[in-house]
Amino acid sequence: MGAQMRVYRQRIRSVQATKKITRAMELIAASRVVKARQRVVESGPYTHALTKALSALAEYSNEAHALITEKSEIKRAAVLVIAGDRGLSGGYNSSVIKESEQLVRKLQEEGKEVAIYLCGQRAINFYKFRHRDFVASWHGFSDAPQFDHAKEIADRLIADFSMDIDAGGNDEVHIVYTRFKSMVTQEPRVLRLVPLEVVEGETTAHPEVLPLYAFEPNVEAVLDALLPKYVTNRVYTCLLGSAASQLAAQQRAMKSATDNADALIKTYTRLANQARQAEITQEISEIVGGANALASA
Amino acid sequence: MSELQVELVAADRRVWVGAAKMVRCRTSSGELGVMPGHTPMLGILVNGELIIHQADGAKQAATIDSGFLSVEHDRVTIVADHVDVQG
Repeated sequence: MGAQMRVYRQRIRSVQATKKITRAMELIAASRVVKARQRVVESGPYTHALTKALSALAEYSNEAHALITEKSEIKRAAVLVIAGDRGLSGGYNSSVIKESEQLVRKLQEEGKEVAIYLCGQRAINFYKFRHRDFVASWHGFSDAPQFDHAKEIADRLIADFSMDIDAGGNDEVHIVYTRFKSMVTQEPRVLRLVPLEVVEGETTAHPEVLPLYAFEPNVEAVLDALLPKYVTNRVYTCLLGSAASQLAAQQRAMKSATDNADALIKTYTRLANQARQAEITQEISEIVGGANALASA
Repeated sequence: MSELQVELVAADRRVWVGAAKMVRCRTSSGELGVMPGHTPMLGILVNGELIIHQADGAKQAATIDSGFLSVEHDRVTIVADHVDVQG
């Protein structure tokens, strides 16, 4: 066998092996994305109930709470970046990180100090590699975040938010996450988590009049209990959306990798065939040439 | 007699929906029972047991951690971070 042909055969084999892997990853991501979207849907009732209760609170009380009050001067802003733990998902991680870089730059131009909170190994690596500082980080659950993870993150963010600015507290908190629009579009988004912007525009969409609630034990206590829950829920929804987006991006990336492998295999098969054909042609012309030489001798 | 429409919701799923005669739970200021016709309210729940007396007479018990309860027009929504359903 010719040297050229052996090289091509080897390449085909290696591409075939890669194709098997990317194909398997595509299928795994496809099955997980269904589950991830399911969980987004399942978290809906909780969000709905919480939003409704808060709308009622907002409507009937003028209580001020630290989490909804705008501070007059913003010195330090916190940014929570939600990226994935793993790569192999096309532009997913890089677009979230790019979005966060833009936000950080914007905040700095406004003269604010920026405190970074990271979620996902990829974001952590990005910051570590560049020797940049961050306040806190979490990782290990980007595929399937649980409510407890969201709670851990939200508790930390709220704790830091409530701290005095001189002690390292923050005046506002932003989240950079990826919104899952559909299987083919996911877009990085920035959301200001606290101070909370008064509950969704949904209240106008529901003309139903909220009853005059009695608050148990009192308005302040209810507000105190509900607002952190709302923040946690926001974080949870962002985590779930990001997880679904990551898996969808991964599925797409692996699909195109598999397609590319197919194209490569095709090209190399053609080249290998050509090499084989060339070898045969050469052998024939050698034989014919040899026979001719013998005949003329 | 009218019935309560009860919805029990955890952070990551809807746990139970149905009709009930009474809901018993623990608020931060003590045990609370909600029956049809209750005045609209929003209450904070502390962790403890929650019992739903279903319309068909059966009892549905669950353990919840901190959450809240809203009552309006005989519609009760119980929301908690974690819900453990028994039996």
